[in-house]
Amino acid sequence: METLEKVLTPEEQFQARIDADIRIEPKDWMPDAYRKTLIRQISQHAHSELVGMLPEGNWITRAPSLKRKSILLAKVQDEAGHGLYLYSAAETLGTTRDQMLADLHSGKAKYSSIFNYPTLSWADMGCVGWLVDGAAILNQVPLCRTSYGPYARAMVRVCKEESFHQRQGFEIMQTLCEGATAQKEMAQEALNRWWWPTLMMFGPKDSESPNTAQSMNWRIKRFTNDELRQKFVDMMVPQAEFLGLTVPDPAVKWNEARQAYDFGEVNWEEFWAVVKGNGMCNHERLQARVQAHEAGAWVREAANAHAAKRAAREAVAA
Amino acid sequence: MTTKTPSPQINMNQSEWPLWEVFIRSKQGLDHKHVGSLHAADATMAVQNARDVYTRRLEGVSIWVVESTHIHASNPDDSEAFFDPAADKVYRHPTFYDVPDSIKHM
Repeated sequence: METLEKVLTPEEQFQARIDADIRIEPKDWMPDAYRKTLIRQISQHAHSELVGMLPEGNWITRAPSLKRKSILLAKVQDEAGHGLYLYSAAETLGTTRDQMLADLHSGKAKYSSIFNYPTLSWADMGCVGWLVDGAAILNQVPLCRTSYGPYARAMVRVCKEESFHQRQGFEIMQTLCEGATAQKEMAQEALNRWWWPTLMMFGPKDSESPNTAQSMNWRIKRFTNDELRQKFVDMMVPQAEFLGLTVPDPAVKWNEARQAYDFGEVNWEEFWAVVKGNGMCNHERLQARVQAHEAGAWVREAANAHAAKRAAREAVAA
Repeated sequence: MTTKTPSPQINMNQSEWPLWEVFIRSKQGLDHKHVGSLHAADATMAVQNARDVYTRRLEGVSIWVVESTHIHASNPDDSEAFFDPAADKVYRHPTFYDVPDSIKHM
């Protein structure tokens, strides 16, 4: 056994641990590319949670009832929490919070493109919860078993909380669909706008996702983009039918042989345009983030000053 | 009493608050368990932030925070040698001993 280990390179030993489903922890040896991939993926994920607060924050003051307002506040607070779990997980890999935020604010780091679409009506709060969080859950559940321990543990907490997000969104949709004609139309109109961008959340086609193979090999990713997209369509089409809504894709059709829904091609031109910064709200979202960060600078400084003052006083008293 | 107060050491360049590790007791009778980390300017803020970040759904009845720099850990690279002394002592486990089937309550 000992002689066998001696001939294995560190990379091979690392891969053997991954293959045996042994989690990698912060102080363990890992290939640089594994570390970099994780920092990129986890920080992007954290940024998505942070920016994800903005489209919903838009509706907190205009929620139709106190109940809906309380729920929306709790949901947005959860998203801040999810961002914080994830930033902490990324920090265990050797990056800093300041560095990650700087990369977000400079536009170097990405976040989920879905948040570059505007939330125009109350039904959008339904669609964001039902569809967007539904897609997020499909992405996130497999990540609870991802190979990097701190990321997996953060995802377990995120997933526990995400389920409420999706259900409250579905309930908003259901309430609208059972309401007046105008309400149902509002629900359908929102679904029409959110359906395709949600399908884009799973990322480019497998054939155009060069990093997928390596990420699967490292067990960072457990399913490919196309696999998850198909799962999502299979999950959502019957739910839309239940609501009495129509998915805006004439190609959606049950395929008995595949035991899955066929569906149309995503508009990849639009996908890449939004990724590259030309979506409807890219500029607005980033500006809001930078503004919040800069306007909060005095609070961070004051808290530091207060802590230093107190520490100095305690040192004198001791 | 007129003691001179020392001028406080305020480091304005230090924009990042220190990192704290958070431990939570989920209910009376259980031990505190590590749940993650967060940034805070001081211990009071760390406990309050830990409440908001890690116990939004009554996940805890008690919180400990420790500044991450104060944690000392074993080195994973030495794990094999470090934990080796326990590896060959199977007789420390009850299953090591054969007890006749007819013997009860053991």
